[in-house]
Amino acid sequence: MSERVAVLEIEGVWKHYHRQNVLRGIDLSVDSHEVVCLIGASGSGKSTLLRCVNLLETIDDGAIHLDGTEITDVRANPDDVRKRIGMVFQAYNLFPYMTVLENITLAPRKAHGVARARAEEEARDLLARFGLADKATAYPDRLSGGQQQRVAIIRALATRPRLLLLDEVTSALDPALVAEVLEIIRELKESGMTMVLATHEMGLARDIADKVCFLDGGVLLEQGTAEQIFTDPREPRTREFLQRVLDARRI
Amino acid sequence: MSDPVSGAVTAPVDGKAWVKSDRQRERERLRRRRDLRSSSIATASTIVFFVLVVWLFTASPGWPRVKETFFDLGQFAGAFPDVLRGFLLNIKIFLIAEPLILVVGLLVALVRNLHAPVFFPLRSLAVLYTDIFRGVPTILVIYLVGFGLPALQLQGMPSDFATLGIIALTLSYGGYVAEVFRSGIDSVHPSQRAAARSLGLTHGQSMRFVVLPQAVRRVVPPLLNDFVSLQKDTALVATIGPLEALRQAQIHAADTFNYTPYLAAALLFILLTIPMARFTDYLAARSQRRRGM
Ligand SMILES: Nc1ncnc2c1ncn2[C@@H]1O[C@H](COP(=O)(O)OP(=O)(O)O)[C@@H](O)[C@H]1O
Ligand SMILES: [Mg+2]
Repeated sequence: MSERVAVLEIEGVWKHYHRQNVLRGIDLSVDSHEVVCLIGASGSGKSTLLRCVNLLETIDDGAIHLDGTEITDVRANPDDVRKRIGMVFQAYNLFPYMTVLENITLAPRKAHGVARARAEEEARDLLARFGLADKATAYPDRLSGGQQQRVAIIRALATRPRLLLLDEVTSALDPALVAEVLEIIRELKESGMTMVLATHEMGLARDIADKVCFLDGGVLLEQGTAEQIFTDPREPRTREFLQRVLDARRI
Repeated sequence: MSDPVSGAVTAPVDGKAWVKSDRQRERERLRRRRDLRSSSIATASTIVFFVLVVWLFTASPGWPRVKETFFDLGQFAGAFPDVLRGFLLNIKIFLIAEPLILVVGLLVALVRNLHAPVFFPLRSLAVLYTDIFRGVPTILVIYLVGFGLPALQLQGMPSDFATLGIIALTLSYGGYVAEVFRSGIDSVHPSQRAAARSLGLTHGQSMRFVVLPQAVRRVVPPLLNDFVSLQKDTALVATIGPLEALRQAQIHAADTFNYTPYLAAALLFILLTIPMARFTDYLAARSQRRRGM
């Protein structure tokens, strides 16, 4: 076993919107090659936490460290931080006026200064790896939801991020398409990608998460291995939430 | 519950209270210092810029002469009351023309969006209208309407030049505004129309209740931009005679060979357009905020 290296360290993070506390003192550490799943009811603060890590929101207290340096430091350059983090949204957010290849090569070329030919070659490799080789010149609205989301994930990977954030990437997809996206995430786990994902797919969390965190009203109420959270949750609120999810599945 | 931004403690919903940490206090201090630094830099560079511009002008060889003919305080005071009185007519023209233009523009845009074959003649008329009135310079439209319409000697045709000016401006700007509305309508995603039609709303109802509310919100900034332009173009009506601000300034300038009255008119126009420009900025900022930027 190699030495544990924390890639992401979240320390007592608070976030308010207006007078509402959306995150209340979140502590969380993510090691290299670790996959962390955030679960919790809608509105519990999962997206907000991911957006704070990507500096899309300014936190109101606490600190976030990436590879040992504080990214919430006032003097830190958010663009440099984001270059090291990939993020995938629930609604894909592909650029509709660009082809798949242009979507993927935009950041490597413009933000990372990779030459066009090399960026395209790497993009094509990624597309081939995830079974989308024939879609390189297609526009996003010509793709199915599952394909669009796979392209969005590839776009986030193209800059070789240190950390990948995925926010309910399967929630907008119908069940038949969920599988193809989950497969990509599994493959990323195999390849050792460090990931934090907010998800409603308990099956996925159980499968790939090294650590599962349960958020409840902006508080990280419980964290543990998937095994422990799903079979023997300590908090009654966690048990209640999992029961509700299970009941919904049965219907 | 104290304010989360300035206060130190917020009451918890259940149990966990926020006490502002030293780290956050330090971060806010750094942020304030950075803001102070950037605003001082902004102030300093603004002052340097204006000092340079003023120096450039006043140091030019022709400055004493320009100062005399354009910046004569006595002339300014003498002409100002008349120019201001004229300017009230500009405002009146603007206030009457603006709602008329909105109505004409919206109607033309809606007609251009009627796709049924029966409406072909109406639709081509609308196309012809926008093509003509966006193509002909506004000042020409004012001439043609101002001198052409009365010459027809039709029953009930207004002969007062301010009214004719309003008609000309409405015709000219109606063409622009129709295109603004039309691009707004086209920018609403087709799925919105499909959703409305699938609920059983007619074409008209979908337009009225689903498409237009979104389209109009989107075109408010370019519309306001057109209206700033209209405020200035009310001065073009001077060419057919009514005593508005520019005409009054011309009269004073012609008497004395001093151009300060023009400056007075310019000042009044600026004073009118600035609030409109700030209002446009405000609306743009608000819609950005609403979309969560
Ligand atoms: N931009 C915003 N302005 C105000 N409140 C917000 C904003 N974004 C999120 N919230 C609130 O923050 C809470 C957490 O939202 P979110 O992080 O999206 O939850 P989740 O992703 O777990 O469903 C919700 O109560 C939501 O209403
Ligand atoms: Mg969410």
